[in-house]
Amino acid sequence: MIKIEDMKKIYKMGSNEVHALDGISLHVKEEEFVSIVGPSGSGKSTLMNMIGCLDKPTSGKYSIDGKEVSKMKDNELADIRNNKIGFVFQSFNLLPKLTAVENVELPLVYMGVGRSERYKMAVDALKQVGLSNRLDHKPNELSGGQQQRVAIARALSSKPPLILADEPTGALDTKSGDEIMNMIKELHSSGKTIVLITHELYIAEQSKRIITLRDGKILEDRGVV
Amino acid sequence: MKWLESVFMALKSIGSNKVRSALTMLGIIIGVSSVITMVSLVQGSTREVTDQFKSMGTNNITVSIMTWGSTRSVDPEDMVELADDNIDIIEGLAPLVNSGGTVKVGRDNISTRVQGTNKAYGVINNHNVTQGRFINVLDTERRLKVALIGSYVANELFNGKNPLGETIKIDGQPFTVVGLLKEKAGGAQHSDDDVIIIPYTTALRLTRAESVDTYFVQAKNAETVDVAIEKLESFLLETLKDPNFFSVYNQAEFLENLKEVQGTLTLMLGGIAGISLLVGGIGIMNIMLVSVTERTKEIGIRKALGAKRRNILQQFLIESVVVSSIGGILGILSGIGIAKLIGNFMKINASPSLFIIMLSFSFSAVIGVFFGLYPANKASKLNPIQALRVE
Ligand SMILES: Nc1ncnc2c1ncn2[C@@H]1O[C@H](COP(=O)(O)OP(=O)(O)OP(=O)(O)O)[C@@H](O)[C@H]1O
Ligand SMILES: [Mg+2]
Repeated sequence: MIKIEDMKKIYKMGSNEVHALDGISLHVKEEEFVSIVGPSGSGKSTLMNMIGCLDKPTSGKYSIDGKEVSKMKDNELADIRNNKIGFVFQSFNLLPKLTAVENVELPLVYMGVGRSERYKMAVDALKQVGLSNRLDHKPNELSGGQQQRVAIARALSSKPPLILADEPTGALDTKSGDEIMNMIKELHSSGKTIVLITHELYIAEQSKRIITLRDGKILEDRGVV
Repeated sequence: MKWLESVFMALKSIGSNKVRSALTMLGIIIGVSSVITMVSLVQGSTREVTDQFKSMGTNNITVSIMTWGSTRSVDPEDMVELADDNIDIIEGLAPLVNSGGTVKVGRDNISTRVQGTNKAYGVINNHNVTQGRFINVLDTERRLKVALIGSYVANELFNGKNPLGETIKIDGQPFTVVGLLKEKAGGAQHSDDDVIIIPYTTALRLTRAESVDTYFVQAKNAETVDVAIEKLESFLLETLKDPNFFSVYNQAEFLENLKEVQGTLTLMLGGIAGISLLVGGIGIMNIMLVSVTERTKEIGIRKALGAKRRNILQQFLIESVVVSSIGGILGILSGIGIAKLIGNFMKINASPSLFIIMLSFSFSAVIGVFFGLYPANKASKLNPIQALRVE
């Protein structure tokens, strides 16, 4: 699913350079459940932005689902994000003026799905996360846990094979966090490939494989027993 | 993403920020409504003038002859003959000898305009006679001292008495009143009713003028105007040998000139109003730029979810076009209202033409595109990850 070879990301800040990613090589197979851990500033989010085609690496190769990404144009990258990847962010990133359904519909809008079908798919996705009774609520009328569930429904609506979650429980209390984790585990058993970023070990241990980053390098890559 | 959907999306976004959208539109509303108001007032008032001229007859041709400095002259009888020879082209030809004169009846005397002309003048200049008759061929041939008087003169000198058959003295010469002209301008002093009409032959003698310098000619119909002008010009050139000593022009030409003046006026006032429309456009650009900055995060989210550059471009562009078009429609409505109001006040019919309505509407839409393009382009170029990082 994901093949990364010697990926580097260097931020230039005036005269000094920050090596946010310093030669990462990583393979993730289909239907794997990988978590990425590491101290703050170790490059976790940077790596996820690369995997999610939101940013371009300074050097290195990256292919997703057999498609070489490093040479793609902006429009093709947008298509990859649209078709292959569902994002779940720490801060939810819902559009505040749209209702839950409308938020979930967004990826489908850009996919070009027609109005009525789009609505049906969005409702289905919201049902899947247990929010079928909150369709027309705006984000500020929902609890944090509920907002994150809307975000998960949005990540699911276009049925992408890969779900990327950057600290999805980071802004939630333990109980809502556990609910979200259960949902992510369910997604994994339903056949999605999942890459989860966290700095909490007990969350990482719920996945099948833990990759530890430090200073932009992979420090450890181990399976969970 | 479909076009109509983008419009809905834009309307929603506009609706979610009503006060700001209204303020943004205000510039366009003021611009469009001033364009509509100014242009309809100009068009309304020139239409008024044009109609007045049209009622006087667009088939009329005026011939002016310079009598000064020329050794040659035109015999009025030749001119009349020319008209008579071309009755299929020329309806009538009237020499005109204009002068002022003192008119005396008994002890009353007034000064008025004395016009010497012939039979054809009545038809050409819409002079109707309420009592008596107009000048006839015999009057001109024999230089008879007969006169028609306008209603102002009749009132001043005869005070309601029947003037027919009475004798009046024009510059000391006795004339017999043979007709009373129909009132044209309310009987006011210095108006068309403050006039005396006598045979031109008599007038030439009375004023000791060498020759006639003005002729009124009426073409048979609109189609023969040009031929008639040609006929007159070639005859005059033959007689006077020099085109500088005469001019032949037509009401239609005058109307053309009037149209040109109207065009310039419309362009000028429309241009001034257009500038305010431009200012409105800059207002839109300003607000759209603010909106792009404010919605950076939204743009980042949309891009992360698969929006392409053109989706974002389209979204912002349609939003600015929708704002400016709604502003345009409101501006048109208020412009029509204001123009009607002022028009009522000025007693002219100032309803804007469909053309100017369509024009100002499309102009406001174009302004939306033009001034929306830069902010929209800016929005569409945002890097998704940088946009997402913004709080
Ligand atoms: N846009 C940027 N410009 C400059 N430096 C950056 C930029 N983004 C990230 N960095 C740097 O790259 C390094 C990795 O950052 P990153 O956000 O990936 O860390 P992280 O592991 O996600 O940390 P956290 O756990 O705090 O979220 C940091 O040193 C950070 O300062
Ligand atoms: Mg991070």
